[in-house]
Amino acid sequence: MSAKILIVAEHDGTRLNVSTAKCVSCARAVAGAEITVVVCAAAAAPLAAQAAQIAGVARVLTVENPANAHALAAVLAPQLAALAAPFNLILGPSTTFGKDLMARIAGLLGAPQVSDIMALESATRFRRPIYAGNAILTVEADGAARVVGTVRMASFEAAGGGGAAAIEKAAVSAELPTHTRFISVSAAKSDRPDLQTAAKVISGGRALGSAEGFRILYSLADKIGAAVGASRAAVDAGFAPNEMQVGQTGKIIAPELYVAIGISGAIQHLTGIKDARTIVAINKDGEAPIFEVADFGLVGDLFQIIPEIEKLV
Amino acid sequence: MKRILVGIKRVVDFNVRIRVKPDGTGVVTDGVKMSVNPFDEIALEEALRIKERGGAAEVVVATVGPADCQQQLRSALAMGADRALHVQADGIIEPLVAARALLKLIEREQPFLVILGKQAIDDDNGQTGQVLAALWNRPQATYASKLELVGEGTARVTREVDAGLETLEVDLPAVITTDLRLNEPRYVKLPDIMKAKKKPLDTLTLAALGVEQRQQLKLVKFEPPLQRQKGVRVKDAAELVEQLKKKGLL
Ligand SMILES: Cc1cc2nc3c(=O)[nH]c(=O)nc-3n(C[C@H](O)[C@H](O)[C@H](O)COP(=O)(O)OP(=O)(O)OC[C@H]3O[C@@H](n4cnc5c(N)ncnc54)[C@H](O)[C@@H]3O)c2cc1C
Ligand SMILES: Nc1ncnc2c1ncn2[C@@H]1O[C@H](COP(=O)(O)O)[C@@H](O)[C@H]1O
Repeated sequence: MSAKILIVAEHDGTRLNVSTAKCVSCARAVAGAEITVVVCAAAAAPLAAQAAQIAGVARVLTVENPANAHALAAVLAPQLAALAAPFNLILGPSTTFGKDLMARIAGLLGAPQVSDIMALESATRFRRPIYAGNAILTVEADGAARVVGTVRMASFEAAGGGGAAAIEKAAVSAELPTHTRFISVSAAKSDRPDLQTAAKVISGGRALGSAEGFRILYSLADKIGAAVGASRAAVDAGFAPNEMQVGQTGKIIAPELYVAIGISGAIQHLTGIKDARTIVAINKDGEAPIFEVADFGLVGDLFQIIPEIEKLV
Repeated sequence: MKRILVGIKRVVDFNVRIRVKPDGTGVVTDGVKMSVNPFDEIALEEALRIKERGGAAEVVVATVGPADCQQQLRSALAMGADRALHVQADGIIEPLVAARALLKLIEREQPFLVILGKQAIDDDNGQTGQVLAALWNRPQATYASKLELVGEGTARVTREVDAGLETLEVDLPAVITTDLRLNEPRYVKLPDIMKAKKKPLDTLTLAALGVEQRQQLKLVKFEPPLQRQKGVRVKDAAELVEQLKKKGLL
């Protein structure tokens, strides 16, 4: 019997998030899996069309409802739980959207959830990091009828395009609560690449000293087409907004190039960058733990080094 | 009585360097420092601040786990919680079991607010709050960095999401899970540790609550993560740029 896998699409109302194609890659690790993507939205058609193009997707289900205009877990979970019956595995991305939502679905189903799947060995056997990535655990769902999972974004490449899946409207009858209401979201608009998908990321730590100090990073980032990240210390101090935080409690990223500037390299920070292809560390303390994971280390004062680099690139 | 319930989990202290046992059956916990999960300290701090502002009359902390967990409940009492509930349970407690037990406590205690951590730093599951909110059929506001009680029956919560900061309004009662920037937990003073010894700590069992101790995920093996190769030191900006250009990264 081939595994039936349902993937919950993430989107902003007009564009599908790349996390959806990464979940598809994860699901494709199960040989012969039948992959369905479900799009919950106020207007699902344009999003469904994008999902149908992802290679490996057999079917796209749409659930349209004005209440789905904003991704509220309490509103989405009952609709998705109502669709879950035919599926063995229900996956969503391990982004704040997916982490918030999938566990609520698991709760409604009484199903076990596997968080942060980094490898899928079968439809019931998974590998995932625990203790901030300091141990890797293999878990097996023993005879559970249904398993819910969130997919660790840094572990999978997005599935390609070229698919042509059938699109169907799903009929869902679930009572939707009104006890949770969306008020607003403040997203700083930026022309820089998205931190989670950028090929190059430059991150700054406490050493930058101020929001002003971060300007030298923005300037270098713009010159080389990089996204900018930050350590928790830098975010806590108000030098950078929270969505820039990299690490255990921020974003887990896997760029080709990661440059850590004035960041000491606490384990909670390193968790977020373990999968980066090349790590560069610039720090005035030659003993800083960041150098233990850096492919290239440069000891010195960042305020002198960064402008030099900018001139050379 | 206006009551807040806070979930407390005993975990390996965040400063401990985790080592996987050579036989792959777990991580080394013998002789290792154990603490209250840092996100739960933040949850408790928030509850205490609400009480201090007159927004609640009582803060109750609860844990589901083996006898050792009482140490962390005592720490929570020392921080300022009024009462503690210990649901005795051995073995692996999955989020679904923890949430079912917490729901039973909610039915007894009737809190208007339940605050949990966004994740436990041992299993990194990040599920219990959402599972609890689902079972309870109440609102959830996860990853809170700001919590305001508005009037009698609602809360306004700012959440740290990938896009930035999202604000939700939820009817109470509701489940909130904490992010790190919600507050900075207070330090415990010595006299408070003494006082905490006299505060009530009730012990219950899963069985008495009518919750089955059920494990749906088998822990097959634990492995250390792949180590990165140690890299090279470069002498200056010019050498760094040259190396990165050679690798096609610049
Ligand atoms: C539960 C939990 C979760 C956490 N989650 C995260 C997370 O997601 N992300 C995260 O980043 N942290 C996280 N942390 C915090 C983490 O433990 C560290 O406190 C934090 O990463 C330190 O940030 P930093 O490296 O910028 O600051 P510091 O540790 O203060 O390091 C600053 C570095 O800058 C160097 N420096 C100073 N001046 C200069 C100069 N002029 N030129 C060059 N170098 C200079 C110093 O040598 C030092 O190494 C978490 C902590 C906990 C407890
Ligand atoms: N056994 C438990 N007892 C009490 N609270 C718990 C327990 N397990 C989890 N929690 C709460 O749920 C949060 C998230 O845990 P987890 O889902 O395991 O990552 C923790 O920060 C605690 O507040």
